[in-house]
Amino acid sequence: MPSLQLSSVTMRFGGLCAVNELDLSIEPGQLYGLIGPNGAGKTTVFNVITGVYTPTSGHVLFEGASIAGERCGRITRRGIARTFQNIRLFGEMSVLDNVKVAFDCRQATTLMTAVLRTPAHRAEEERVGRESLELLKIFKLDHLAAERAKNLPYGSQRRLEIARAMATAPRMLLLDEPAAGMNPHESTELMDLIRWIRDRFGMAVLLVEHNMKVVMGICETVHVLDYGSTIAIGPPAQIQRDPKVIEAYLGGA
Amino acid sequence: MKGWLAATGLLAGLLVLNELFSGSLLAGFALPPYLLQVLCLAGVNITLAVSLNLINGFTGQFSIGHAGFMAIGAYASAYFTVTFGEALRAVLGFLPAFARDGAVLLVALALGAVLAAIAGFIVGVPSLRLRGDYLAIVTLGFGEIIGVMILNIDTVGGARGYSGIPKLANFFWIYVFAAATILVVHRIVHSSFGRTLVAIREDEIAAESMGVHTTRAKVISFVVSSAMAGIAGGLFAHYLMYINVRSFSFLKSFEIIIMIVIGGLGSITGSVLGAVLFISLTEGLREFAQYRMVLFSLLLIILMIVRPQGILGHKEFVTFLTKRRRTIGAAPGTPGA
Repeated sequence: MPSLQLSSVTMRFGGLCAVNELDLSIEPGQLYGLIGPNGAGKTTVFNVITGVYTPTSGHVLFEGASIAGERCGRITRRGIARTFQNIRLFGEMSVLDNVKVAFDCRQATTLMTAVLRTPAHRAEEERVGRESLELLKIFKLDHLAAERAKNLPYGSQRRLEIARAMATAPRMLLLDEPAAGMNPHESTELMDLIRWIRDRFGMAVLLVEHNMKVVMGICETVHVLDYGSTIAIGPPAQIQRDPKVIEAYLGGA
Repeated sequence: MKGWLAATGLLAGLLVLNELFSGSLLAGFALPPYLLQVLCLAGVNITLAVSLNLINGFTGQFSIGHAGFMAIGAYASAYFTVTFGEALRAVLGFLPAFARDGAVLLVALALGAVLAAIAGFIVGVPSLRLRGDYLAIVTLGFGEIIGVMILNIDTVGGARGYSGIPKLANFFWIYVFAAATILVVHRIVHSSFGRTLVAIREDEIAAESMGVHTTRAKVISFVVSSAMAGIAGGLFAHYLMYINVRSFSFLKSFEIIIMIVIGGLGSITGSVLGAVLFISLTEGLREFAQYRMVLFSLLLIILMIVRPQGILGHKEFVTFLTKRRRTIGAAPGTPGA
């Protein structure tokens, strides 16, 4: 069974058809790249999967269950985590707390246990703190744990966003342009990190990206969109030679 | 264990201060009635400011109808003690007098808190499902509606005000509840639930995407805050023995907002400081009569220019001091420090 499956998903905004009859299927553990020129509908697809938009028609299945039209939070708890194109960290909170918030979606504490400080609540807090720190260590951010998120350099903020997404214990990770604004060195590091996450946690990764070097370098399957429709799906080497893709990016000769 | 000791110590301390201030502990030593009243009203304001900070400062949802919830708590609890207070006292005949008074007050305050919480739920659910400034508009309207409603209920005095409320609240009770409010808000803020609230303030979309049930968290925070305002209202009514709708107008709501903005949104100790500072300024400037409000506004404007984030900003008083010291400690040798 595919991890995520979209079948004939259409998203219309008034007269504009942003995504048209899209079929997409991601297997568990697959590194899947979604590319396309500006306005091709990549971010709309992203928002349909994460629950920001309800598709006009079509089905979105995650591990066999329909998730179309569910709230973002519910979809996250089902096991799909995301990052944002324009970084959305909790700026005034510490790096550690950013990760802790994401952990909390799997926690059972209530307001009453918090106010009464029950032993169970304290134990839970301790566990969350420990696991959050371990996660930060994996992402080489543990030395910045007490720093406010907004004070981090750009590359670290990107890493923290991925760490935060990982804290929700997802089985699928959606990355919206993670290499945006990164220099070549940082994007190489990012590629290693994404590949490493996939190998270590065995999760499916959907990558929306403009940076061709990153997409072609790590994705096993590349899906090209243009004007909301699929124009090619295949391994990177094949995509790079596809005349339709070349035409969409460079214009018809 | 340590917590229980601290709580008992605090209660005993407040009790002793209460007796001392009212002059029944040491003959000849009593706080002037005016000063005692200012001190007690400051306590009510602390409860109001700290509770409003939970929703405005920590959750980032702007409510400007806190006085409306205070009014519900004040009128509901006052109505209870005036109507059923004697009956309850008769039932509790086996208790000593002060315990009877306390029990009646606690039941009345609980009633006020519950009603204020229900009102908060009704106002909060529709307006907090949306993102943005809807809560501000709805709570502003709500405060006015409550005022007009009370004005037209003759059983609680209408425009004449509600008099004949027994004096059940005193310095002790007011500060017990101020301390309880601070403790509860502190614990909420420093729990997983509090982290969620701050995350909502920082970025609601990201919070939702991290699996946070944002609407539920916002409504819970708002309901808790409303209930605390209800308690403050009940204490206010049972301390002054007379209440009037005019005391709960939107001006009162704005006063509470000013307190938390002075002290720093998102700082509990800041709210306490803001409440105390506010009442000291308004009382201290009394002798300047008609220039009072001019001076007060001027001070606020200066503060907002010099320190727009409030006196303590996001920090608590203790960290504020230690951070200060650390920067001073790092200063020697560094140019320009």
